[in-house]
Amino acid sequence: MTTPTIPVIETHGLWRTYGEGDTAVHALRGVDLTIEAGELVAIMGPSGSGKSTLLNVLGCLDRPTAGAYRLLGHDVARLSANELARIRNHTLGFVFQSYQLLPRTTALDNVILPMLYAGTPRRELAPRATAALRRVGLGDRLDHTPAKLSGGQQQRVAIARALVNEPAVILADEPTGNLDSTTTAEILALFQELHAEGITIILVTHEADVAAHATRVLVVKDGAIASDVRQTPRRARQERAA
Amino acid sequence: MSLWRTLLVAIAALGRTKARSLLTVLGVIIGVGAVIAMVSIGEGAKRKVAGTFQSMGTSTLVVSSGSSQSGGARGGAGSQPTLTWDDLEAIRELPEVAWAAPQLRSNQQVLSEGANWQTQVYGTQPEWFEIRDWEVTSGERLTAADVASARKVAVIGTTVVTNLFGDGADPVGETIRIGKVPFVITGVLAKKGTSAMGSDNDDVIVIPSSTFTTKVSGGGGKYLAGQILVAAADPERTAPAVRAIGELLRTRHRLRDGQDDDFSVRDLAAIAAAMQESTATITSLLAGVALVSLIVGGIGIMNIMLVSVTERTREIGLRMALGARPRDVLTQFLIEAIVLSVIGGLLGIAAGFGAATYMAKAFGFPMLIQTEIVALAVGVSAGVGVVFGVYPARKASLLEPISALRAE
Repeated sequence: MTTPTIPVIETHGLWRTYGEGDTAVHALRGVDLTIEAGELVAIMGPSGSGKSTLLNVLGCLDRPTAGAYRLLGHDVARLSANELARIRNHTLGFVFQSYQLLPRTTALDNVILPMLYAGTPRRELAPRATAALRRVGLGDRLDHTPAKLSGGQQQRVAIARALVNEPAVILADEPTGNLDSTTTAEILALFQELHAEGITIILVTHEADVAAHATRVLVVKDGAIASDVRQTPRRARQERAA
Repeated sequence: MSLWRTLLVAIAALGRTKARSLLTVLGVIIGVGAVIAMVSIGEGAKRKVAGTFQSMGTSTLVVSSGSSQSGGARGGAGSQPTLTWDDLEAIRELPEVAWAAPQLRSNQQVLSEGANWQTQVYGTQPEWFEIRDWEVTSGERLTAADVASARKVAVIGTTVVTNLFGDGADPVGETIRIGKVPFVITGVLAKKGTSAMGSDNDDVIVIPSSTFTTKVSGGGGKYLAGQILVAAADPERTAPAVRAIGELLRTRHRLRDGQDDDFSVRDLAAIAAAMQESTATITSLLAGVALVSLIVGGIGIMNIMLVSVTERTREIGLRMALGARPRDVLTQFLIEAIVLSVIGGLLGIAAGFGAATYMAKAFGFPMLIQTEIVALAVGVSAGVGVVFGVYPARKASLLEPISALRAE
């Protein structure tokens, strides 16, 4: 992963502006942020505060309009489209609020997808995807398509997909936004487990309950960081079938 | 990602969007099928017309007695006999002429032992078979000796055989009566089918011209009461023969300059060419319809491709978020478009062949499929499919992944 001396994420004066001239919207207004390896960071803020934009920029899904962003020491602005694709594939793992699974495709094949772009040898595809699905507690749902899975199960498939290439950082945008409280607890427990294994996790949420499970809470307002608090995380209830 | 792996990904993606894939394939099928069927029908019709004239002998000229020009009222061609047997011999001497034969015609009641039938009796000479390019399937053609000694022999067409002796009988050696005169059958003509004008070529009896003028009908004198069929020496160029015959007959009939011909020379090749030209017009009309089908099919393919790929912008965004390079996305959509085009193209060719075969059977055309047309139809449909399958995918792959993911 990374040596302790290099932060996973380091930004200086990060701006993201949509549109131009009078109609320009500044989603980010000079964000300075450093995240070390092994943190579990919750980004909070009201809607429209720019918290999702920040996550997308950190996750290389979006490019900053101005400012510097170093991911594991690499200057992201200098990377080509192919190098960015490689980083998204190898270093980062995404979890979306709406799961973003391929429809009519089994859980196994959904988890295999990032490995196809990584060039993983064929004989390793199914075993590694199976292992990832077991890790999120879906070992018995390999052949289920998203339509046959509950919301919580779909999100676990998405987490397995984010995990399968063994990323340094997992970025999750409102991962529990579509889930009920029991399922939310299960997903949070899963994130805490992964965090315990050394993966850096950044999740965006607007629920204080969810943020309470993080080691650090960032509050974003009007495109800038309004507060940055380190805390002792609350333990999620371990109701998941282990 | 390797090409093989991209192919698997593309096929899996096609399987996920079955309805759209099916519609795209359908567009290609219709585009390709319609073009192939249309052009093949046009070509078949053209070839059929050409074939019909072939059966008449396209290099044949027909020399008829012309109308008399007395007092302004003109009779029809042949109403006044002006051709003589000596004219026939003179025509035979022309270097531009390969063969010439008289063709005297009479409608006669013909009897066999058990049946009777009314048919066309031709009095002619052996050259006639060469001019009409007509073989016998049984027995032999008329000979010079038959003509010289006015033998009572007949070569008969298959329709006459069927009506007098039954289907498939071999009547060579049998005797029939034409009017009251008995004739021995010495040959059966090969089947020719329907003529260009719609009459039955095979409903015919051929006898020596000498026998015809003495036993069946009159006309044994100086004048030849019928037509002279001529085959030009050069079958590709009949015009010199037409001109030579015209000059010869004007001289022989002592016509002055400015005086109208008292004979006519009809060039079947020229008539055939005119007929073929009109079918060619129909062919180009059908080709136009085919072109429109191709354009309509192409626009259909374009629409479905544009819509389906644009709808899949989110999928493209997701794939990029998971690590797909722009090139991986493009290759995937290129392969998808190619797979759809190839499947559609093959099925379209099959559909086109099917339609063409059915039409060919229904209208009695020969079945003609041109490789260039198949290639053009498949090429255009596939080209449109690929361009409009890849273009929106390329656009999406150039977006930031988050914009593609959030696209509606």
